[in-house]
Amino acid sequence: MNVVEVSQVNKSFKGIKVVDSVSFNTGQGEIFGMVGPNGAGKTTTIRMLMDIIKPDSGEIKILGQPINEAVKNRIGYLPEERGLYRKLTVSESLSYLSALKNMKRRLAMEREEELLKRVNMLPHKNKKIEELSHGMGQLIQFVATILHDPELVVFDEPFAALDPVNTQLLKELILELKSQGKSVILSTHMMNQVEELCDRILMINKGQAVLYGSLAEIKSRYKNNSVFIECDCLPETIPGVAGIKNHQKYVELFLDGRTSPQEVLSTLVSSGVKVDRFELSTPSLNEVFIQVVKEG
Amino acid sequence: MSKTFIILKHEFRQTFKSRSFIIITLALPLLAILGLGIYQGVHHWYHPAAPQEEKIGYVDQTGMFGNYTSQPGVLFILYPGEQQAKDALLAKDIKEYFVIPTDYLSSGLITRYTTSREPTPSAKTTEQITDFLVSNLLAGNVSPQVLDRVKTPMLLASIRLNESGEIVPGQDVVSSYVVPIVFALLFMVSIFFASGFLFQSVTEEKENRVIEILLSSASSRQLLVGKVLGLGVAGLIQVAVWLITLIVFSQVAKSIIPALSDLSIPASLIGWGLLYFVLGYLLFAALYAGVGSIGASAREGQGWSTIFVLPAILPYYFSYFIISSPESAASKALTFFPLTSPITSMMRLASHAIPAWEIALSLIILAGSIALTMWFAAKIFRVFLLMYGKRPALREIIRYVRES
Repeated sequence: MNVVEVSQVNKSFKGIKVVDSVSFNTGQGEIFGMVGPNGAGKTTTIRMLMDIIKPDSGEIKILGQPINEAVKNRIGYLPEERGLYRKLTVSESLSYLSALKNMKRRLAMEREEELLKRVNMLPHKNKKIEELSHGMGQLIQFVATILHDPELVVFDEPFAALDPVNTQLLKELILELKSQGKSVILSTHMMNQVEELCDRILMINKGQAVLYGSLAEIKSRYKNNSVFIECDCLPETIPGVAGIKNHQKYVELFLDGRTSPQEVLSTLVSSGVKVDRFELSTPSLNEVFIQVVKEG
Repeated sequence: MSKTFIILKHEFRQTFKSRSFIIITLALPLLAILGLGIYQGVHHWYHPAAPQEEKIGYVDQTGMFGNYTSQPGVLFILYPGEQQAKDALLAKDIKEYFVIPTDYLSSGLITRYTTSREPTPSAKTTEQITDFLVSNLLAGNVSPQVLDRVKTPMLLASIRLNESGEIVPGQDVVSSYVVPIVFALLFMVSIFFASGFLFQSVTEEKENRVIEILLSSASSRQLLVGKVLGLGVAGLIQVAVWLITLIVFSQVAKSIIPALSDLSIPASLIGWGLLYFVLGYLLFAALYAGVGSIGASAREGQGWSTIFVLPAILPYYFSYFIISSPESAASKALTFFPLTSPITSMMRLASHAIPAWEIALSLIILAGSIALTMWFAAKIFRVFLLMYGKRPALREIIRYVRES
């Protein structure tokens, strides 16, 4: 079953199309990346998913139904720009937000204890939010997002302004959610995070979906048909190689399109070259994005 | 548990715990205790000297005024000539003296001499001298009873009748003036506080974006209704504390301050006061929530709120007019206009000058406006809570509300 089904959704602000006929689905146990530059329409799309703003047209189904009160209880949402009630304690904030998700008080307290321990924030449980550092506040927000054990978790730019230690912690927690069978939507403009975490992606530019599918499939679609090689010495000419580019530490061989990388490798090995590294070049998501935008 | 109720509970708890709420709520009881304490202290430590009989000298050139020289609180002392009287005055034997000239009967002229600075002779002195003169003038001509009636021709008692000839009860000052004014003052303090609190709550959620988490958990209507009712419950507790204070204070004050011994506040007036207070409070809370979501910051929201506060305090400025002519068209209009209706209705209720249908109509209008304002505010709330840092034009507000 699809956890999120978005079809042909449009939204304009003051006559400007911010989201233009966007469609996508996400499934269970999947980390779905929404990527694109700032202002591409990612946050607007997410706000429509969360029923914070209504689409002008199109249909959105979450967990098989149009969004309603019951469905809201099964969603966790971490907004892009964050904050909590500054005067409340960590514990009070978490109690209130989980109660709003219809979570039983006792169960909420158990989960709170467990999750705070997981992010090393248990000693700060009774501190006011305003007494915490920025990074600590973000961890508490993360706990608030998943405290009610949601089936769908939506993170809007979760890594913004996180230090490397907490970034790593957050990545681990997101992967844990995946392993528990949750559906995760991760919106970010940081392509490297997406490459590391996501199974499938939707790439948005200027409100339009420009790429949609599994990350591996997209990358192979945009590969350069070249290989990277590190070796002791390279013959002047290699059959099937149309061009050579020297990258200092390694060399990129551009294949002629008729020869497979395996054939090139066996040619090299049989001619006595000692190969340290032989790797198919796959473009980074960033390069794919730039290429897509140029083509579009 | 419904989400509205969870929000209500949260908002109530936050309000109830806040320092400003506690200070404002307890200010009245503390002031009352302080006031009674000061009264008791003054009463205990300061014993005013028993009023001594005053002495007023006079020179009688007609020979008609020799009797009744002892009137209540004053002793009249006859001097044979003006010089002796003047000497006695300067020696402070007497407070003042007056001269009755030979042509007094035809001219009525009395010349009074005093060393104290006074713009006009005091009413008490005038009455004392008048009584002394009247007593002597009528001496022997009329019975003592007639003499008393000449001095005090009437003790006035006024009774008001309604259209069907029944007596309209008590026109006493406390319930017709003091109660509505106290009600108006407390109501204004309370809604000013509520406005501040709602603005703070709405703008904080807007500024730190908690609002997005809230809206992904509950609807904007639940959020608004929960907030307004939560604050309403806090308001109810506040007014209950004040009411108990006033009842206890009036009972205590009655027993220790003789001047207030016949103080009484009719129970029905208290009941109406509570009803109007709560309804008015809810109306203003809903208005403030809507306005608070439009303003970008708490300070800006406060500026907008002035628009609603002005009509709210209008009846207070016109209190004299409303209390003295409660059945004029203007008083009626203020009774029905929802923002001015709580204070105006209380003023008219206190002076028993409001027909039952007008009370009913004003309550219906008030309740209807609360529902309408909440509905409208919930729409505004949803649209503008997400517009950060931008202040919309009125045209935009109308367009967005229509669209949402």
